[in-house]
Amino acid sequence: MSTATRRSKDAVATALIAAVAASILGIVLVILGDIFWKGTKAISWEFLTQPPVQGMTAGGIFPAIFGTVSITLLMVLMALPLGVLAAIYMVEYAGSGSVARLIRAAVNNLAGVPSIVFGLFGLGFFVLFVGRNLDRLTGKDLFFGQPAMLWAAATLAVLVLPVIIVSTAEALTGVPRSYREAAFALGATRWQVVRGVVLPQAWSGILTGAILSVSRGAGETAPILFTGCAYYLPRLPLAYLPVPLLGVRIPMLNPFDQFMELSYHIFVMATQSHDTTLTRPIQYGTTLVLVALTFSLNLAAIVLRARLARREVRE
Amino acid sequence: MSGSQTAARTAAQAGPRQAQAAAPASEDKISIRSLSFYYGSKRALEDVSLGILANRITSVIGPSGCGKSTFIKTINRIGEVSADVRIEGDVRLDGMSILGKEVDLVDLRRRVGMVFQKPNPFPKSIYDNVVFGPRLHGVRKKSALDEIAERSLVQAALWKEIKDRLHDSALALSGGQQQRLCIARVLAVDPEVILMDEPCSALDPSGTARIEETIVELKSEYTIIIVTHNMQQAARVSDRTAFLLEGKLVEYDDTERIFTNPSVSTTEDYITGRFG
Amino acid sequence: MRLASRFPPRAAPASPSPPAAEARLGRDDRAAETGKPPRSKHARLLRARRRGWRAAGEWLLERFLFLNGVAAILVIALIFLFLFRETAAALRQIPLASWWGATEADFDGNPVYVHLWQPNGDRPKYSLLPLVLGSLLVAVPAVLIAGSIGLATGIYLAEIAGPRIRGLVKPVIELLAGIPTIVIGFFCLATLATLLQNATHTQFRLNAMVGAIGVSFVIIPVVASLVDDSLRAVPVYLREAAYAMGATRWETISRVVLPAAVSGVTAALLLGMGRALGETMIVLLATGNAAQVTLNPFVSVRTMTATIAAELGSVPKNGPWYEALFLVGGVLFTITFLLNLLAEIVIHRMRRRLAL
Repeated sequence: MSTATRRSKDAVATALIAAVAASILGIVLVILGDIFWKGTKAISWEFLTQPPVQGMTAGGIFPAIFGTVSITLLMVLMALPLGVLAAIYMVEYAGSGSVARLIRAAVNNLAGVPSIVFGLFGLGFFVLFVGRNLDRLTGKDLFFGQPAMLWAAATLAVLVLPVIIVSTAEALTGVPRSYREAAFALGATRWQVVRGVVLPQAWSGILTGAILSVSRGAGETAPILFTGCAYYLPRLPLAYLPVPLLGVRIPMLNPFDQFMELSYHIFVMATQSHDTTLTRPIQYGTTLVLVALTFSLNLAAIVLRARLARREVRE
Repeated sequence: MSGSQTAARTAAQAGPRQAQAAAPASEDKISIRSLSFYYGSKRALEDVSLGILANRITSVIGPSGCGKSTFIKTINRIGEVSADVRIEGDVRLDGMSILGKEVDLVDLRRRVGMVFQKPNPFPKSIYDNVVFGPRLHGVRKKSALDEIAERSLVQAALWKEIKDRLHDSALALSGGQQQRLCIARVLAVDPEVILMDEPCSALDPSGTARIEETIVELKSEYTIIIVTHNMQQAARVSDRTAFLLEGKLVEYDDTERIFTNPSVSTTEDYITGRFG
Repeated sequence: MRLASRFPPRAAPASPSPPAAEARLGRDDRAAETGKPPRSKHARLLRARRRGWRAAGEWLLERFLFLNGVAAILVIALIFLFLFRETAAALRQIPLASWWGATEADFDGNPVYVHLWQPNGDRPKYSLLPLVLGSLLVAVPAVLIAGSIGLATGIYLAEIAGPRIRGLVKPVIELLAGIPTIVIGFFCLATLATLLQNATHTQFRLNAMVGAIGVSFVIIPVVASLVDDSLRAVPVYLREAAYAMGATRWETISRVVLPAAVSGVTAALLLGMGRALGETMIVLLATGNAAQVTLNPFVSVRTMTATIAAELGSVPKNGPWYEALFLVGGVLFTITFLLNLLAEIVIHRMRRRLAL
């Protein structure tokens, strides 16, 4: 083969590969463009702040936004402490023994489980097993044993746990060993080393991981299909605590209530609403809101990571 | 015959004066008897015995890989933190053994401080670096911490340069200043022994000179063991010198004698640069 | 002697140090002169610590952290256990043969062997075949598409793109990875399906192919980043050797780098396959949800994941149908678990071979 042929093969191959790689940009643009184009028509102030009316063919999606925010908040409350502490144990205490390897294997496995299996687990274990047993223990009649925000949040927390553990572990191992050595040499106990030297440096990475997990949780649908979502629930999942003397009622999230959620709303509207063409604009609008939400979260995480990395370098 | 083989031979032939000088005595600050150190199955130190005198500067010299870092990391048991190690033998501080599971490592490492090869101040302010140790050990009052900080920084010959910017980041200091900060950090926990693992190897000559000045000044209050690959530094600074080779102690004597009239020929070979 | 000249005498006075007791006294005296706090006070400040409590607290803390650490193990073990408890119940309630097919009477009363998934009704059928075929009809084309695009992208990122372009392309891939699967599924249902039907004039608007394309969007980032990592792990000196012999870039990539990274690429495809089989929302929206035995990707199918998602809501809890859905979940879990395990083994062997 002559050099010229070889060179032209090289050029062709390179061009082909570059074109295929560029097609990803095309895919992203097409998808996001479609959503954006058809979704902005439906967005308005009342769309974002009003509940749906007229059998879901008009009105807004505020309860779905509220539900999404609530469920991810509950999820983070459950998953973050557990995940961070587990990662601290894994990186700082467990060393390289069999326990550490087992934990790592378990985390990797958890990350590979299909989301619908989490949904199965959530329904079968949390709602039916834990819930019904709680009902039996407290003598209530089907209070705990039905779909509720608590169980949905728990299911999402289990799904998101590997994300938090992995990003926290990465943040912890990113702290140079010399700092730990210096602290130990001054007579610090292991926890003093972790708290005084490692965590202050790693918390930005931990925060980034938390934000990414929120974004992931907001976008997942399968785990919450049967564990707490409702399609049409005009009231918000709130409970009111009466404050005795002042007579004021403080609204508090009611974890035993069902809730509306953005991704679930899209799903049901797109497949089961009785007139899908009429609701199509609302579907697009809801989709746009969801995309905007997850993207701003991801962007926040990236910006945070970059800004804190820059601050460390400057120091 | 390779240099290391002669070393092994001649070390065994060391004369009675050598043996006496090396053997640990009861008034030693630190007495080490038959110390052997294993990383997994690899032996890093073999049957090392010597006595470190109080308020002296003892230097440990030898070619790279001879075990000098491992040696001083045994004295504050910092070598165990990140590896699977086995220690045999007897090491005593003020007559009490520091090996064994019952030893309070936290207290040991307060009494035996360490300055590392590459300056490693925490990414905090200068003040927070110096008072990190006292805070660990329970000192809370600001006035007490301020006192300790000033005293330590004065002793480390850094106070004048930074007393107006105590709360600036420690990472903004020069290499030499950072190393003096690390010394101040160690002094702040009121140690009895200070271990220094090649403290000047990452510094330029002027930084090195200031550190050496500081070390000599500190001798009156602390016992100092310094590992160095720079023989001139050992000759300049230390009172006693130990020469390690392939994990074994070849010779341990007054510095002046080691560098002018060593008893073991291997020592002379190393010092004159025949190998190493 | 000659040695003495090499080592200049020490600058500091060579007098022996005073014994320890004197030194301590001297220190305090000196402290009084210069205004520094005496050492004895310094020492007293540091001893004011109660050692016993600290050690006990440390021990408790480590136990507490240990419990958290094993939480991850507990969770996965729980999922395992629970899934297989229900699967075992399903196997007990429904005869083994029904998972493949069942005999029923056709319109004329003649017995015919069918593969049907019809768990509701008075003669329930639990054949897994249509579901498994449905999953494969979606996953295999998806991996083929995503594998090609992902491989090309990975090669581009690792071998061809300069750092600036890399800094542009990687975020785009992360952008794609960040799109929630429900959004992609919705896009497929609302837009892609129509486009595809106009292009291919198939009879069914929602079919396996639409789902496969949608699923491939999700897998492309997985494959691309894994291929990128594997290619970059190939040592530079291999490439240098090829270039030094006058090879063109494409020749180096195709004959030296790719063969060295073949395990990484395989692992990427395996992981992609696992991900494709486990995808739920896209197939739920885009594949038409008709459980039938077919090898034609242009008809409506139903995957294992979609079956669970579509039916779990309306199933009476604790009946055979409920258990059957758990069995489908168990089969799904097992397949993805094995694929992930295989991928890990392949990566592990690649790491060992490259001596990383």
